[in-house]
Amino acid sequence: MYETTYHRPASIDEAAALFAKHPDAKYLAGGHTLIPVMKQRLAAPSDVIDLARIKDMIGIEATADALIIKAATTYYDITQSAAAKKAIPAIVHLTSVLGDPAVRYRGTIGGSIANNDPAADYPAAVLALNATIKTNKREIKGDDFFQGLFSTALEDNEIITSVSFPIPAKAGYAKMRHPASRFALTAVFVAQSKSGEVRVAATGASQSGVMRVPAIEAALKANWSAGALDGVNISADGLMGDIHGSAEYRANLIKVMAQRAVEAAS
Amino acid sequence: MGVEGIGARVARKEDKRFITGRGRYVDDVKVIGLTHAHFIRSPHAHAKVKGIDASAAKDMPGVVDVLTAQQLVDDKIGNLICGWAVSSKDGTPMKMGAWPAMAPDTVRFVGQAVAVVIAETKNQAKDAAEAVVVEYEELPAVSSMTTALAKSAPQLHPEAPGNVVYDWAIGDEKQTNDAFSKAANVVSLDLTNNRLVPNAMEPRAAVAEYDEAEEHFTLHTTSQNPHVARLVLSAFYNVAQEHKLRVIAPDVGGGFGSKIFIYPEEMVALWASKKVRRPVKWTGDRTEAFLTDAHGRDHMSHAEMAFDANNRILGLRVKTHANFGAYMSLFSSSVPTYLYATLLSGQYNIPTIYAEVMGVYTNTTPVDAYRGAGRPEASYLVERLMETSARQLKVDPAELRRINFVTQFPHQTPVIMAYDIGDFGASLDAALKAIDYSGFPARKAKAKAAGKLRGLGFSCYIEACGIAPSKAVGSLGAGVGLWESAEVRVNPVGTIEVLTGSHSHGQGHETTFAQLVAGRLGISVDQVQIVHGDTDKVQFGMGTYGSRSAAVGMSAIFKAMEKVEAKAKKIAAHLLEASEGDIVIENGEFKVAGTDKAIALPMVALAAYTAHNLPDGMEPGLKEGAFYDPTNFTFPAGAYICEVEIDPGTGKTDIVDFVAVDDFGRLINPMIVEGQVHGGLAQGIGQAMLESAVYDDNGQPVTASFMDYAMPRADDVPSFRVSHTTTLCPGNPLGVKGCGEAGAIGSSPAVINAITDALGHNKIEMPATPGRVWEALQLRQAAE
Repeated sequence: MYETTYHRPASIDEAAALFAKHPDAKYLAGGHTLIPVMKQRLAAPSDVIDLARIKDMIGIEATADALIIKAATTYYDITQSAAAKKAIPAIVHLTSVLGDPAVRYRGTIGGSIANNDPAADYPAAVLALNATIKTNKREIKGDDFFQGLFSTALEDNEIITSVSFPIPAKAGYAKMRHPASRFALTAVFVAQSKSGEVRVAATGASQSGVMRVPAIEAALKANWSAGALDGVNISADGLMGDIHGSAEYRANLIKVMAQRAVEAAS
Repeated sequence: MGVEGIGARVARKEDKRFITGRGRYVDDVKVIGLTHAHFIRSPHAHAKVKGIDASAAKDMPGVVDVLTAQQLVDDKIGNLICGWAVSSKDGTPMKMGAWPAMAPDTVRFVGQAVAVVIAETKNQAKDAAEAVVVEYEELPAVSSMTTALAKSAPQLHPEAPGNVVYDWAIGDEKQTNDAFSKAANVVSLDLTNNRLVPNAMEPRAAVAEYDEAEEHFTLHTTSQNPHVARLVLSAFYNVAQEHKLRVIAPDVGGGFGSKIFIYPEEMVALWASKKVRRPVKWTGDRTEAFLTDAHGRDHMSHAEMAFDANNRILGLRVKTHANFGAYMSLFSSSVPTYLYATLLSGQYNIPTIYAEVMGVYTNTTPVDAYRGAGRPEASYLVERLMETSARQLKVDPAELRRINFVTQFPHQTPVIMAYDIGDFGASLDAALKAIDYSGFPARKAKAKAAGKLRGLGFSCYIEACGIAPSKAVGSLGAGVGLWESAEVRVNPVGTIEVLTGSHSHGQGHETTFAQLVAGRLGISVDQVQIVHGDTDKVQFGMGTYGSRSAAVGMSAIFKAMEKVEAKAKKIAAHLLEASEGDIVIENGEFKVAGTDKAIALPMVALAAYTAHNLPDGMEPGLKEGAFYDPTNFTFPAGAYICEVEIDPGTGKTDIVDFVAVDDFGRLINPMIVEGQVHGGLAQGIGQAMLESAVYDDNGQPVTASFMDYAMPRADDVPSFRVSHTTTLCPGNPLGVKGCGEAGAIGSSPAVINAITDALGHNKIEMPATPGRVWEALQLRQAAE
């Protein structure tokens, strides 16, 4: 690791001010991506600004319409939240199969979404539930947020402060774990909104990161059941193929995981 | 035997320090003036080194020196050696390409070192390494055996035309061909034994100190065999003289074979400590472990088995290609030959065998012994072939094995090994009973109703442990003897130190070896201290690998104990005014049999050291040493049955049951034996379902981190059901056979046999990942 200066701001404004002062700074949340790449000397931020201890960025609340999770809330806290369990159990399930206990104690929802790893779990939930990402500057709809591998609508100095998930009529998540990394080899989040809209997002499968799956959405809109997907054919075009699974295998997994997510949906 | 003697489930003495973080590993060693080494490694699989410019790096903060490969050459430091000479079938010796510890002119695998930076801190060394300019001229690389053997393939070593190490054979070719010509049925199979990365929890490390006044070196290193390290470093590498080099292997966090070998980094650290006149530490990181620890396995084989009309085996024909990687590692030559082909008879009466093995160089990390070392490759081949044969011949796989089992002992196989004892039918019967074999069809039907594919697979493995006797291995080309040494010191107060040439890096020797001594004397294991891993403390020994420490190492202790007890009995008889022949040892006392006359061990010991009242002519003291050289290998064997369920939607395989019945001879500590079996099974299951070291066509490793190299986790393995049958080994005084590798040797074929049973066809290779199983299921559906 190269030398760096660590900052622990007490507020979002202080964090943003620090970032403005240090042009080669990086924000740090759970650190599961940033710290390893720094240790491998692949990243060399002059300053590291730790967001994970800003009190205003931690907490979970549910309203009648939305589950709002502040960005620096850890996965562990989400799995333990009664409010989250009641509002959107699929989010809690997703979090419970994310990483391992050590990861869940440290990782944060805002860090995961801002990083937009193509095999991360939360982007699927954000996209399928059409969540709203709140930052220190604006609100961004889930549809507009993810822009390909490790790329988002966030500007350099923009901090995610919370994520607001509309409470759906039904939602489910099913994940096939990568044998080595335990990220999603392919995972699918299915959601039916209270107004009857069906949105389905797959992560881990596409070469361009998290994606909607229109063929499955159409079939589930017509008939919300796992069996409705039996005849659906998912194209392997544009999907990832590697030593852990061909593009055809991932195409199959999109369908099978969608079916299992529908079966698990509540 | 007391409650802490042989056979007792004594809790591991060493675990207190391990689980409370008080182990002392090489990286924990701190010495005054310590510097830190960081190696500059080739990013290319094959390239000429045109030049190294370290001038800028040498001026950077904290840099002590930058040492290059050329300086090793200038100092006449020897190339790495291979300690087992194997000749091709035409009689020519193996073709060994020179392997300098750092490459002065040509690099042949990604990660090979070309220079080393020595600095005040590790970070400064890494900073400076980025300023060292190495000019490479890339050469075409061969990353697979197929491309390496192709006509006009790029050549790795001028010494090895065609990239061939050797073309070796064992057995009688004509007799075997004759057997095949008479066969009623011939079953053939092509299989790949995937390359594995050992991944010990502790990476390799070295701390080297040079005492200028004494011209003496001390090397702390992660070694399974510190005396062998000292011997090789002094006799072959010209780094230090043997009597001026102390090698210490303190607590070592796992080896699995990978820490047998003397690697470039440890040797360079030693050399550098004299060069810079400062102590030098190198601790490898996980990436370096992936790139430079000797890998395991990596075979491609074609095998054929001939049967008569009664399904009795007539012969076995095998052709194997073994990937050596870029260089011949220390014992690499023996692994795919004498540790592999000699086990191809399995548990079976096979009248004739002919096996050819071609060793092949590729631009990949060198390959050497890894848990099982050749024997997993043999059992995988034999047991896949038996299962395939049973299916083709339409015989129950248990029955096919049973009618071909060796039942008379000793049994001379056609491939050198002479099995001393065993009862293969007993293990198989116990395994069948444990798994409820007759209930399998019902379980399969139930799984089918739930949309799952259930399969059951067998593995009746045999292996050879001990790696001995010296005379035998010497005749086969080994450069060392394979005995073991021990010294038993009874202190003046009656406590005992045992100095052993074996080395514990997870096996639990500090407990099991103490159990042997405690049991014989009727004292507590707490009264016994096991000393190992330091060439200044312990007499020359051969170290730990090949499941040899109980069969060979403990037998040496047994012999030394007999000598100690004989002398102690003489002293006790003298003090008790009794006849030596009447003295018995019970509960820590020397008693006159049939009387109440007794003297406690501490009093005997004290008498030996005060020497005030010893029998006439007796030397003072109570300390005896022994060297033990066995008469044969030992032959652990067993029957494993694996039952799997495949989810056809995802291809994910769950091991729903795994039964392991092993015959290890006498068990010293059943709890430790079970732990060894559990770990071995996890590694074998890892090979079968998860692990694979993959290179791309340019020789770049694709799986150089845990993000892509899948290690088995707790939830990948079932709750094992482990039990034992017992035939006592006649070849050593304890009747033990060894248990360290069996799990890794026997389990992979059981898993794949279960998966192919569930699939209904044989077209899958290890690791059977969900993706591969799903693809194999599509093949089946296409066929239907």
